[in-house]
Amino acid sequence: MLTIDGVTKRYGDRRVLDDVTFTVGDGRLTGFVGGNGAGKTTTMRILIGVLQADTGSVSIDGTAIGPSDRRRFGYMPEERGLYPKMPVAEQITYFARLHGVDKRTAADRTTDLLDRLGLAQHAGDPVEKLSLGNQQRVQVAAALAHDPEVLVLDEPFSGLDPMAVDVVLAVLREAAARGVPVLFSSHQLDVVERLCDDVVVIADGTIRAAGPQEDLRRHAGPPAWELLVEDDVAWLRDEPGVAIREFDGGYALFEADDATAQRVLQRAVQHGTVGSFAPRVPRLSEVFREVVR
Amino acid sequence: MNGSFVRSVRLVAAREIQARVRSKAFVVSAGILVLMVVASIVVGGVVGKATAGDTTPVAVVDGVTLPTSRGLDVTEAPTAAAAERLVESGDVDAAVLPSDDPLGYKVVGLDDAPADVVQALSVAPRIELLDPGAIPGGLIYLVALAFGVVYFASAVTFGQSIAQSVVEEKSTRVVEILMAAIPARALLAGKVLGNSVMAFAQIVAVAIAAAVTLAVTGQDNMFTVLGPSMLWFVGFFAIGFVLIASLFAAAAVLVSRQEDVGSVTTPVMMLVMIPYILIIVAYQNPTILGVMSFVPFSAPIGMPMRIFLGTAEWWEPVLSLVIVAVSVVLVVVVGARIYENALLRTGGRVKLAEALRG
Repeated sequence: MLTIDGVTKRYGDRRVLDDVTFTVGDGRLTGFVGGNGAGKTTTMRILIGVLQADTGSVSIDGTAIGPSDRRRFGYMPEERGLYPKMPVAEQITYFARLHGVDKRTAADRTTDLLDRLGLAQHAGDPVEKLSLGNQQRVQVAAALAHDPEVLVLDEPFSGLDPMAVDVVLAVLREAAARGVPVLFSSHQLDVVERLCDDVVVIADGTIRAAGPQEDLRRHAGPPAWELLVEDDVAWLRDEPGVAIREFDGGYALFEADDATAQRVLQRAVQHGTVGSFAPRVPRLSEVFREVVR
Repeated sequence: MNGSFVRSVRLVAAREIQARVRSKAFVVSAGILVLMVVASIVVGGVVGKATAGDTTPVAVVDGVTLPTSRGLDVTEAPTAAAAERLVESGDVDAAVLPSDDPLGYKVVGLDDAPADVVQALSVAPRIELLDPGAIPGGLIYLVALAFGVVYFASAVTFGQSIAQSVVEEKSTRVVEILMAAIPARALLAGKVLGNSVMAFAQIVAVAIAAAVTLAVTGQDNMFTVLGPSMLWFVGFFAIGFVLIASLFAAAAVLVSRQEDVGSVTTPVMMLVMIPYILIIVAYQNPTILGVMSFVPFSAPIGMPMRIFLGTAEWWEPVLSLVIVAVSVVLVVVVGARIYENALLRTGGRVKLAEALRG
């Protein structure tokens, strides 16, 4: 488990991170969401050790980590970077070896990764000759080249075409399945919602919410319900304990506690045919807007 | 210094060398430099031989006895008139005719006094040289020029290439991935090492090409004269280049775009350019040369020059080399600090003071 504890960072008078604390569990895909300038990249740079925190610590399973542990991290920076003139395979092998992998293993991993990312036919091409989407895939391969024990990816899906998103996603899921803690940032909230086990929300340098996605969404705001009936649901307005959020003919979205909701359902059945009745789990984007407000 | 640091340095250095060898610009410029040195030695040899074996054609009328015919290519002529005709036709530079002068002959030229012939026929006092081993002035100039050009060309080529490769990593942002894997110092050390190895290889190639050319063109004696200073030059360059490379790297890391490399590396360029100009302008000034031979940036050419002239005591190159080595350590420490602090700051130009403070 990767733990970030009480990390604070200032640039001059500006405090960019304030007591940032959260964990990334083993084998958990953790989404790191926040607006531009919220502190995502700074946090990730501190995690990976390219920036020093003013205070606070980063530890794995309770042990503070140093440079040699960080070499086993895989990192994909927000600002993509590769050597434009260096051939793809050679480049991946080079990055793997910089992380301490021996020559033969590095070459094997490179072949394997390029295969899985659909880049095998470009192995000998210089990176600058590849399309942007393919360059992104190479970037992903560079982060995974040394079979990292922790993955930190800054906006891994931005700039990827939908097919590449699926490919990269599969690779990340597989890493998580092997028990690797995976932290990635994104402002595509729908992607995070689709992928992540856990979510960490940051705004203005402070963590606003962190935990399993399910819990966050369920416990965001009062419980809400959706009801769809054949006739008009105007009667719902007069029900005690019900706050209607949306109302449209036979459809209603309302807030109510569990007992009230059950009572409403019974009333609905008495009134006529019920099309559907379900608790409404808020979208991640709604949760996000709620907690950063 | 632990094993992984050394391994990182080696990997970075190997990549630098590979990138350099792959670049056509590098291969071509190295080839041109070697060709230039070889050509200048060949041309120097040919010209030298031509002047040494040069003789002046002269017509001598039968019956005239010359004190010496050294330096003259004598054509015998039956009569004075025949000899004069040869002068007029341009077959000979001058004619020697019998006369009533105390010498018993006179020299006839076409339109100006035939100095070569007069010189050859003149009686000269015996000359005794107190310093018979002294080197001809022309050769001194050539050697000064050669040291200057080779030093300048190599330092600038490889200095610029290290500067560009530093900025390439910043401008392509690959630096952040590198920093996540290895310490900034290992990256800097690898870059300096890789480029120094290439610069050193080029200097050695030039030295070998020069030695081989001297031997092939029959100027082996030159090798005895030049050998020691060439060896010192190579040695000084090997250490001195690390100094220059570190400065180029530290200067280049302050900017993030290739267009800005020129402006930040200009001061470093000056440090290379000034010794180059000085050695050509002031190669005969012992004071300037003496100072140059101990200043770290000019020592790689100043000291070999003094060794070539035979004006350096045995301990002087050793002391100078120590001075260069100490300044290398200082510059590398300061340069590494600048490098570490400025490496991740992309965008505008980083102020030197900020980079030093961190």
